[in-house]
Amino acid sequence: MSCFRLENVSYRYEKALVLNGVDLRLEPGEILGLFGHNGAGKTTSIKLILGLMTPSKGKVSVLDGEAGDPRISQHIGYLPENVMFYPQLTGREILAHFARLKGANLRQVPELLGQVGLEDAMDTRVKTYSKGMRQRLGLAQALLGNPRLLMLDEPTVGLDPVATADLYRLLRKLRDEGTGIVLCSHVLPGVEPYIDRAAILTDGSVKAVGDLAALRRQANMPVTLSLEPESTVAALEAAVNNDKASAGLMMRHDNGRLHVDVRPAEKMALVKALMASGEVRDLGIYQPTLEDVYVHFIGSGGLSHRGGAQ
Amino acid sequence: MNSIWTIARKELSDSFRNRWLVAIALVFATLALGIAWFGAAASGQVGYASTPATIASLASLGIFLIPLIALLLAYDAIVGEEEGGTLLLLMTYPLSRGQLLFGKFLGHGLTLALATLIGFGVAGVAIALLVEDVAVAALAAAMLRFIVSTTLLGWGFIALAYVVSVRVSEKPVAAGLALAIWFFFVLIFDLMLLGTLVASQGEFNPDLLPWLLLLNPTDIYRLLNIVTFSDGAQLSGVLSLGADLPIGPSGLWVALILWFVIPLTGAWALFRRRRI
Repeated sequence: MSCFRLENVSYRYEKALVLNGVDLRLEPGEILGLFGHNGAGKTTSIKLILGLMTPSKGKVSVLDGEAGDPRISQHIGYLPENVMFYPQLTGREILAHFARLKGANLRQVPELLGQVGLEDAMDTRVKTYSKGMRQRLGLAQALLGNPRLLMLDEPTVGLDPVATADLYRLLRKLRDEGTGIVLCSHVLPGVEPYIDRAAILTDGSVKAVGDLAALRRQANMPVTLSLEPESTVAALEAAVNNDKASAGLMMRHDNGRLHVDVRPAEKMALVKALMASGEVRDLGIYQPTLEDVYVHFIGSGGLSHRGGAQ
Repeated sequence: MNSIWTIARKELSDSFRNRWLVAIALVFATLALGIAWFGAAASGQVGYASTPATIASLASLGIFLIPLIALLLAYDAIVGEEEGGTLLLLMTYPLSRGQLLFGKFLGHGLTLALATLIGFGVAGVAIALLVEDVAVAALAAAMLRFIVSTTLLGWGFIALAYVVSVRVSEKPVAAGLALAIWFFFVLIFDLMLLGTLVASQGEFNPDLLPWLLLLNPTDIYRLLNIVTFSDGAQLSGVLSLGADLPIGPSGLWVALILWFVIPLTGAWALFRRRRI
């Protein structure tokens, strides 16, 4: 059973193609990071999985059923971006209301409020809550009824570092218990250690999907070696250029260290040659991070040409 | 059914919390007692005049007040949830749009029904106890009819407010349109009808004219509470047309019920097409 499966899904809104032939799936016990610039189609994909909209083309199946079917949505937890609640109700009243709607056990209410660290604030009105507290209440809401599919849109906004770490620990635990989790975030270094797979969306289509190693392979971005010379930087430089395969590589030095960018396939050959040359005292290897891979796939146009409406 | 009740329950407890229900009931009770005792002051006497006169005065006031209260209670039902950011979240729950809308209606409808029952009920009991030679059975029947028809009229305007609320995307716009609805049915409609009547100089089919009254729930309400008492003697303006209606009180009741069923169904159909 897949948590969800999008097959060749397109979505059109007022002639604009918001999603174009998206294929994406999530299995139980997996955390999928969903990344993309503003307007890339993350929110639309999530809304399709939630059954809030139907695709113009293609097939969406969720937990072996149809998106939007009440028997299915009972098993989905969702935390929207910028979650808001009824300001005049207390945290406990709100969670109880949503628990009733979801058919969840009301005993879960104080339990979950404790789990997200709101036990002291559960009987005060939500209008006095800080952004972080609202976010925690939103998380508690998403966890009602032990969902089998959990979708979190920017879950760490407003959370302090400790709470963020707690959240990721909790997500790992849920994943190990078999929950499928989708994580949308712009804080890439924060989520990098926790996701099993990443999908990168641009302009409504999936640009790349896979675990970090696969994405790195696909991007074929250079690995950076940071070398401390045994004698001088110049001697080390000469040693690098000596190696036939790696002659002419990008090199730069600062603080007495030499940085060499090398293709992943040629990395080991160069390392062996350098070891043999005896010119290296210390060696550090830096793989491209999720952020580097993301920028590679998205292009670095950044603010100038990405401003699509959500 | 469970989800409908969960939504209704929240609306109802909101009305208790923000004291809407108590405030409306108080206004109704004060009005009813005030009219009962001072309604005849214009003719130079203070004290309970008669049951029909009291009900007629109450209905005349109710026409202005009930639609306004109902519209105020309900205009932000859906658009308010959307502006508050909770509509999207609610729709990801195992809850259909119909269940949300009917749950809201049940909650708002019960709020108005309770306020009406308590407010006018208390006034009715006070009149029965304090006025010496009032015919209690006739008073009870009249009060019951008044309370039920007032509730139905309120439900009609709650449903009309929903039609606006599911259609627009900003609360102030919904409030403006709700006021426009009030203005149209309470002030403009009868003027238009009279105008048509006069301007057509009798060429308008006289058999058709009374039926036009059914296009306005406030006129149906007035007919129900005034005509059935006074044998047509006190009728003035467009209401005199109502005496020619061949459908009788039961027909008027059905018409008043249709006036909340049809807009509510319409609001539901519109809500299903709304993009969230």
